[in-house]
Amino acid sequence: MSHPLLRLRGISKAFGPVTVLQNIDLDVEPGEVLGILGENGAGKSTLLKLISGVYQPTAGTIELDGQPFQSLDPIEARSCGVAMIPQEFNLVPSLRVYENVFLGQEIRRYGLLDRRTMRRRTVEILASLNVDLNPNLMIGKLSVAEKQMVEVARVLVNDARIVILDEPTTVLTDREVAVLFDVVRSLQSRGVAVLFISHKLKEVKELCHRLLILRDGRPVELCATADLTEEDMAYRMVGRELAQIYPDKGSTPGDCALEVQGLSVPGLISDISFRLHRGEVLGLAGLVGSGRTEVAEAIMGLQARVSGSIRIDGKPVSIRDPDAAHRHGLAYLSEDRQGKGLILNFNVMQNITALSLKRYVRGLIRHGAERRQAEHYQERLAIKAASLRNPVGLLSGGNQQKVYLAKLLDIHPRILLLDEPTRGIDINTKQQIYRLIRSLADEGNAVLVISSELEEIIGLADRALVMREGQIAAELTGDQINEQDIMLYAAGARHRDSGAPEPALN
Amino acid sequence: MSESRTFGSQLLSGLRRLPIDTSLLAPLLALLILLVVSSLASEFFLNTRNISNVLRQVSYTGIIAIGMTFVIIAGGIDLSVGSMLALVGVVLMYIVNAIADPVQAVIMGMLGAVLVGALFGLFNGILVTKGRIAAFVVTLASMSIFRSLALYFTDAGEITTRNPLFNNIGGGFFLGLPIPVWTFLAMAIVAHILLMHTAYGRHVCAVGSNAQVARYSGIRVQRVIMSTFVIAGVCVGVSAIMLASRLNSVSPSDAGYFYELDAIAAVVIGGTALAGGRGSIWGTVIGALILGIINNMLNLMGVSPYLQGLMKGAVILAAVLLQYRRNT
Repeated sequence: MSHPLLRLRGISKAFGPVTVLQNIDLDVEPGEVLGILGENGAGKSTLLKLISGVYQPTAGTIELDGQPFQSLDPIEARSCGVAMIPQEFNLVPSLRVYENVFLGQEIRRYGLLDRRTMRRRTVEILASLNVDLNPNLMIGKLSVAEKQMVEVARVLVNDARIVILDEPTTVLTDREVAVLFDVVRSLQSRGVAVLFISHKLKEVKELCHRLLILRDGRPVELCATADLTEEDMAYRMVGRELAQIYPDKGSTPGDCALEVQGLSVPGLISDISFRLHRGEVLGLAGLVGSGRTEVAEAIMGLQARVSGSIRIDGKPVSIRDPDAAHRHGLAYLSEDRQGKGLILNFNVMQNITALSLKRYVRGLIRHGAERRQAEHYQERLAIKAASLRNPVGLLSGGNQQKVYLAKLLDIHPRILLLDEPTRGIDINTKQQIYRLIRSLADEGNAVLVISSELEEIIGLADRALVMREGQIAAELTGDQINEQDIMLYAAGARHRDSGAPEPALN
Repeated sequence: MSESRTFGSQLLSGLRRLPIDTSLLAPLLALLILLVVSSLASEFFLNTRNISNVLRQVSYTGIIAIGMTFVIIAGGIDLSVGSMLALVGVVLMYIVNAIADPVQAVIMGMLGAVLVGALFGLFNGILVTKGRIAAFVVTLASMSIFRSLALYFTDAGEITTRNPLFNNIGGGFFLGLPIPVWTFLAMAIVAHILLMHTAYGRHVCAVGSNAQVARYSGIRVQRVIMSTFVIAGVCVGVSAIMLASRLNSVSPSDAGYFYELDAIAAVVIGGTALAGGRGSIWGTVIGALILGIINNMLNLMGVSPYLQGLMKGAVILAAVLLQYRRNT
């Protein structure tokens, strides 16, 4: 090989006066898995978008197979064999699985769509990924993990030579991650180069041959993965030693803040009962699709046909919509930050006050008071934004998440339901959010944390519930909150009548 | 070359720091250019009487366009406004003619027109939200229904009034400007405040931008969408009052004909995104003025009326193209 598959030389990218990427040199060989690490805002996403043709570099050259790679758009990049699987999927919800897999590259016969072949090929590809999925299902009905598999299948149809995976595991459970890794390895054995972006150092260590670490838009390290320990990686990413990621757990919980009894939503969850106490962080674990989100949504009045009873501070309440929930001191952070959490073209300020707007209205909105409050949160949560008047969509994922949290905090909730509170954000911001969650609990608030990351449940929760198939499979405390126990219950390998204690209910 | 570019970018960033919405710059600039060109093209253009006439003409569709702005920002569209204007006009004339006392007749007529407009808007809004039918389809249907009813009630004939006071509204002047112009201005100010400085306006933008986020934020999405159609209906009611009282008559076949297109065009030229989520009242006002001035200029220059539609279309396309450039 005279030249590598992909060669970057002196790549820089600036948006107006802001330089987000500086002087990147990189060679990628066929069959290589290259990890790209960096905090939010370090320039990872920008680098990927340059390679996949979404952005044009301000300076420098990109060569693919020795050919300069210019004036590309994502479609041309795709036809050159560069495929990106983004964090936010590009699937058409109203089309079926196989239609999405073959979108833009439909198989035709006599000029008409050859649905049968497309269906068959889709099943084959999905089967090679160990995924059992009906090719006729609408995308809108799939879980996040299933959607990702559809994206992967789409890339496989494409005969891509470079596949970019942007934070692919944040939305997956451990078992699904293992499946994904097998897929990556099989891509690699076919000579496909994989660029793998992740915040999870363990995964990078396990999967990648080489590593590119970015900090503030500059390359700080390009070396073989074997040369670095996870601590080294973290150190180089943040530029300082990371203290313990998880804060100390809390002391004895206080009174019961939220009591849920027999909560059911037909077809989604059944007979959910638990108590959430003041000063407590309760973890809610389970596989994707086990009904965790639906529990939170049912409590918030976001699901139809909910039965069961909810008590707040011992008093029965009836919650029909989120507005009522907010008035009872509840706040819910959705796992879908961009789809359900933030209005991306609203500015930071308008997003923060979206729930609490009433407080800023004296006939008209008092923009000054609104801005001061936003500044207060900007300082308290260390939100990095050029201006509070910038659309929140321009911020990095971690900063968006902080804005979302600020939005909840501004109604001074006493019970917080946080669904994947650290999805898709860097380790430094994660740590800040863990501290925030713990301090909220220490102030006497009750916090429910829904998470697919077992580590997070283990590190953060005082007590944990494990869900499986719409029901609570187990309640774990103390040392029981460990990876093995959680997985056994979540996967249904163990049931709670075989030794684990019943949830403490009357 | 590079110097001029830095100057340009400096100018741009300087303008950005001004306390006006930058999205208004393009339409505002277009309006200014149009004013200059028009006054050079025809000596009659800057004539007080001509200006006053143009402004009055603009007011009728401009008032409707204000309501349309709310509907579009919330993610909808209202095609029925033109037909609604005719039907509300007919109802208005009936009321004015039915009451003997001229003062009472005018007052009741005005209240009636606004109320009936609001009801028609509510009708559209209920079908869109409770009926879960696309706004385009609902208002396409009601466009047909309203026009048909207006024609039926009047047997397709013009209705006139002999009320001696009625004409003082649409035909009257205040401080040298026609009453409809003042009304337009007042409604624009109120609408601007409503949109930019109240929780309601914030909710309208939120719903149009991402209805799901709005729902999760405890905003009553359906109610907000419905209310925008009611606002559009109220604006139609006011416009009907202005138009009918100016002419002292309503023609059920001509009144409001193609107003929906002029109103939507004004909104789009003003920089409001047709996809919803953001927009501005002043943009709409400027858009309406641009359309009115183009019409007037073409008339003054003796251009065939058949070609005026072409100009209007070209301006709409240019405006949208400019917006597209800005957003990418």
